[in-house]
Amino acid sequence: MTAETFLIRGAKLDGGGAADLIVQDGAISETGRSLSRTGATVIDADGLIALPGLVDLHTHLREPGYEASETVLSGSRAAASGGYTAVFAMPNTSPVADTAGVVEQELALGEAAGFVTVQPIGAVTVGQKGERLAELGAMADSRARVRVFSDDGFCVWDPLIMRRALEYVKAFDGVIAQHAQDPRLTEGAQMNEGAVSAELGLAGWPAVAEESIIARDVLLAEHVGSRLHVCHLSTAGSVEIIRWAKRRGVNVTAEVTPHHLLLTDELARGYDAHFKVNPPLRREEDVRAVRAGLADGTIDIVATDHAPHPAEAKACEWPAAANGMVGLESALRVVQLAMVDTGMLTWADVSRVMSRTPARIGRLAGHGTPLTAGEPASLTLYDPAPTRTFSTADLHGRSANSPYLGRELPGEVRWTLHAGVVTVADGALLDAPGVRA
Amino acid sequence: MRHLLDTKTLTRALALDVLDVAEDMAHTQQREIKKLPTLRGKTVVNLFFEDSTRTRISFEAAAKRLSADVINFSAKGSSVSKGESLQDTAQTLQAMGADAVVIRHGASGAPRTLATSGWITAGVVNAGDGTHEHPTQALLDAFTIRKRRYGADSRGRDLSGLSVTIVGDILHSRVARSNVWLLDTLGADVTLVAPPTLVPHDVSAWPVRVLFDLDEAIAGEPDALMMLRIQLERMNAAYFPTEREYSRRWGLDARRLAALGADSMVMHPGPMNRGLEISAEAADSPRSTVLDQVTNGVSVRMAVLYLLLAGERNDDEKEEAR
Repeated sequence: MTAETFLIRGAKLDGGGAADLIVQDGAISETGRSLSRTGATVIDADGLIALPGLVDLHTHLREPGYEASETVLSGSRAAASGGYTAVFAMPNTSPVADTAGVVEQELALGEAAGFVTVQPIGAVTVGQKGERLAELGAMADSRARVRVFSDDGFCVWDPLIMRRALEYVKAFDGVIAQHAQDPRLTEGAQMNEGAVSAELGLAGWPAVAEESIIARDVLLAEHVGSRLHVCHLSTAGSVEIIRWAKRRGVNVTAEVTPHHLLLTDELARGYDAHFKVNPPLRREEDVRAVRAGLADGTIDIVATDHAPHPAEAKACEWPAAANGMVGLESALRVVQLAMVDTGMLTWADVSRVMSRTPARIGRLAGHGTPLTAGEPASLTLYDPAPTRTFSTADLHGRSANSPYLGRELPGEVRWTLHAGVVTVADGALLDAPGVRA
Repeated sequence: MRHLLDTKTLTRALALDVLDVAEDMAHTQQREIKKLPTLRGKTVVNLFFEDSTRTRISFEAAAKRLSADVINFSAKGSSVSKGESLQDTAQTLQAMGADAVVIRHGASGAPRTLATSGWITAGVVNAGDGTHEHPTQALLDAFTIRKRRYGADSRGRDLSGLSVTIVGDILHSRVARSNVWLLDTLGADVTLVAPPTLVPHDVSAWPVRVLFDLDEAIAGEPDALMMLRIQLERMNAAYFPTEREYSRRWGLDARRLAALGADSMVMHPGPMNRGLEISAEAADSPRSTVLDQVTNGVSVRMAVLYLLLAGERNDDEKEEAR
């Protein structure tokens, strides 16, 4: 398909000064003031913020194996509607993405869907069982060029396996993304361990079960000189440990989810399983600490942990319900509410934590690039002004397990371009990339 | 009263209402013919996802003495054991026309999920959910304490000035949680005694004093000493080393019974582990209220079902006005 040419008028680049952009043949061909281009589709971006297309380092697309919850296509559509142009797909599919064959299949499904770049993450261990290393090199060398490895959902708990994994991926500039959860300290855990769990009689998930693994892992990463990424950090203590490790020069990066930036364990009180997630929603003090950590750079990125589940997995008693929330469609709006509207981040910071740095951690070329001539045209145009009630109409994946339904959220994604191809036009997600009625 | 899900949100006025109606019910149970026509034509379903013969037969007796039709739905041997969801079970009961559902479930919060899901219109009574609450047990315990202390002069009184010590596995006990909230609402002072491993990690919001030493608690001469059943499987999770050690440190043996004030009552929600958390001397002493608790359980559950099913429909407004 020959990509449409666009003239984007008056967008605030990374929230700064307004400029025009010309998008041609999948790239930004020109930036400046009062540009014109014959035959170009004009987008009036007055008041809109242009951000490099968002990059999610932590998405669950569920295919192959759990297509009732999400498919690569439906998850890609959800991502595009939220302003994303690339997602890293976690390997907890069925079969697990622990071989070159499965990651290449995932990659091909993403290419066929075409809404976003789907970059597979490979499992660290065979079947995510934590016992033997998967063929990390084969996945790295495959057409999927895997650089991020994770057993997400399971912690790589055995310290020797974790050490070996950290060391091994140095051969191809890989990174281990750790789901930090001590399994013994969280047997049967249902929610954050604290005053609320004591009252509700739900088994507690103590902060120390996350912090003790992070502390061990940063020391391992330091010892072997490897790159470590900490998934969905959720406690004040975890922020302190990462801060300490970075001061020591450990090569560690950390992510926080939008929900851990906004929601607390108080929401468990009604036993509504839409608020059940792993790691669990924490205390108000933790929310303040992860916000501060993101603001001062201790936490590098925001990642969604988009985790679709069918209705019946949530419409049940809390302990029987599945962990997880969908997040791709709401992430930017939640980050605006929690971080920008509170003055803790600028839009340039948002561009860094939701696009540039996640692309860099994942070694993903062509994403998170500057909005300048010659760079790929993966970008999103966002209007921070409106505030609307978040509803199922905002959701575009297969599952509706969002914790924000009925909540007021600011902002609206107006346009998303993926490598110059439009996926969201004038606030509406397209049925097919680049195809407008 | 629309539902009875917990004692945490139960108001003092409504709690006293239940206790006073239970007094009336207890009175009728002295008669030769115990059955009342009050709930004729109403259907009460006992929906038990966990085995509990004692609680189920207590609710069953209560409903039958009020002339309600009773359906016992036990998860064992039913479609529930074949993986039917709470939603499908609830909707089945709704289709059968249940007026009240008494639910016992292993999952904390299951009664609230049932009551707020929109699956059923019946009133929901929590008969014990996971490690959350067991409100009718706390109500019958409060009734028992009041009756022992004030006898025929009980009506209208709360438990102000009385002290209650609860001993045992607080962490996993729904009986303890319901008692803590209700006893506090009724004005009693509450002390918890447990091994540190069996106290929830953060009880700073609970209106209680926590002790690890049972002898210290006994020296304080509580009006009631409530011993909780200890589950032996807790040993395997390293909550305490052996049952003998537990019994030595936290069991009510003959020596501690002798040290207890003469007016103190000894309570246990049953079923008891004789020789573990409670000695035979304590269980069978005149100070023991164990059998009173069983008897009072029927009266209190009659009161709850009555207030749930025979009350006027503007009950909820009345509650709010209080």
